[in-house]
Amino acid sequence: MTEPLLEARDLWVPRRKHWALDVPQLAVFPGETLTVIGPNGAGKSTLLAVLAALLPPKRGQVRFRGKPVDFRRSLSYRRHIAVVLQQPYLLRGTVADNVALGLRLHGFPPKEREARARRWMARLGILDLARQSARQLSGGQAQRVALARALALEPQILFLDEPFQALDAPTRTRLLDELHSLLRETGITAVYVTHDLNEGLALAHRVAVMMNGRIQQVGTPDQILTMPVNPAVARLAGVETLLPARVLEAENGLLYLESHGLRLMALGRARPGARVLVALRPEILALWPPQAQPRSSARNRIPARVVEVWPQGALVKVVLQGPQGMRLVARVTRIAAEDLSLEPGREVLVTFKASAAWAVPDAPEES
Amino acid sequence: MDVLWRGFVEALRLLFEGDPEVWAIVARSLRISGLATLLSVLLGLPLGTWLALRHPRGRRVWLSAVYTGMALPPVVVGLFLALLFWRSGPLGFLGWMYTPRIMVLAQTLLALPMVVGLTVSALQSQDPRLQWQLLGLGASHWQMVLLLWREARLLLLAAVMAGFGSAISEVGASLMVGGNLRDHTRVLTTAVVLETRRGHFAQAIALGLILLGLAFLVNATLTFVQQQDVES
Repeated sequence: MTEPLLEARDLWVPRRKHWALDVPQLAVFPGETLTVIGPNGAGKSTLLAVLAALLPPKRGQVRFRGKPVDFRRSLSYRRHIAVVLQQPYLLRGTVADNVALGLRLHGFPPKEREARARRWMARLGILDLARQSARQLSGGQAQRVALARALALEPQILFLDEPFQALDAPTRTRLLDELHSLLRETGITAVYVTHDLNEGLALAHRVAVMMNGRIQQVGTPDQILTMPVNPAVARLAGVETLLPARVLEAENGLLYLESHGLRLMALGRARPGARVLVALRPEILALWPPQAQPRSSARNRIPARVVEVWPQGALVKVVLQGPQGMRLVARVTRIAAEDLSLEPGREVLVTFKASAAWAVPDAPEES
Repeated sequence: MDVLWRGFVEALRLLFEGDPEVWAIVARSLRISGLATLLSVLLGLPLGTWLALRHPRGRRVWLSAVYTGMALPPVVVGLFLALLFWRSGPLGFLGWMYTPRIMVLAQTLLALPMVVGLTVSALQSQDPRLQWQLLGLGASHWQMVLLLWREARLLLLAAVMAGFGSAISEVGASLMVGGNLRDHTRVLTTAVVLETRRGHFAQAIALGLILLGLAFLVNATLTFVQQQDVES
């Protein structure tokens, strides 16, 4: 197995009586983009600051290429990395001056500085702004300058802390696409922090989900989406329905469950008799007319009644009530909602595949 | 009004006729206050930066002391230095009493809290994450500090202006430790006091106007530099 480029061990950063960060282990491998996703205040930025040697932990180690980083003399490590923060923090001077700033700090000779800065300004589409004052740029342009400034260093690890959060949606999408291409083209190892699930998943080779200063799960985007380890991760990953259930039988990862008087099937790791929550993403629930006999392989079928219909952009959120107070949330296209004449009180049949449902342990959550 | 007018005319006469004593006093005032400002900047800028960026233990106490120092009465400084440097005082052997040196020291002590306090304010008005950004681009701590100073230069210039203002305009300490000796420790403020005591109001006003003009000239120059920077 490849050695990690960067590794955190037993990191602990206190905050009042508790902790801001408590990470026993986290590895970043060469060439990968690891995104750290979590709600506000989860400790993501603190983790990034510690990994980038900007904030010393109370205890624990950060290892770069297998050697511990000395937080008191971190300059040599910091000369291998680059950081892009939520605000671009451009200094007085022109765009070209700002793009070349890191190179100047590293002591690159003027000719190489200029050549590299020009190359990265061209790559980020800001070469025509080179002589413009950096203080007169739009938010998107300023963040491009910040990206060019970091990339011009050709760092071994690029740390990005919600760099596009303050931008409007179209600019954010465009920059995200460009960053994705840049990271894949250059093969730069990156750690990207965000609270936006879609943003995190779009960039990631692997995702670390953080809550309350602790990493809850590390996995591929697919694993996070389809196999959350606990209800909190499931909710963060977009699950809107968590059905309490009891495991009746378990067979090679397939669970037979009882929930609200119905027999359901889902994937998961649990023993018979265990209490679980069946995580259902809204897009996996298919809605049918009540008497329909759908030719679908979906083995879970639940009769339900529409409680609420809420158009949300291109999709429609549908809140449903099943037997014994079971609450389900589905998301369907506007066309499907019209075809089914969805409105409160309407009876429907809800189906979903066992392979799309994941049972998570019904454990008490950390506060 | 007559006294004021005569004072103004006298001031112009003293300046344009090139009265050597007046010019000597002006030069001495500039030399002493300029040196005191320079020393207070050399000490105050690093000290203010340390307090703003390093968050040392007892920082709040330090800052309270600095902000109290900004309102330090010059006579208190004069008294403190006089006790120290009096012939029988602990530092009396240096023989600094009634010399320009001790006046520089007194004015430095008065300007220092101003420079430290305003440096702390200037650096603390910056987003603390700017430090992370600079370090995250590979800046050494010194490079970071220099860039933070560069970014805060307008406010730091205001600190220098305030330091110079408090040095050149104080009178109590200079009078107590300098003694207002002719051709030796007489500066504009102490000369104004002397002429007023003698009842030479015209001369006092003239010297006062020169002092005002001088302070205006220095501050106008710094303001010009400051505003040019803002506009650019």
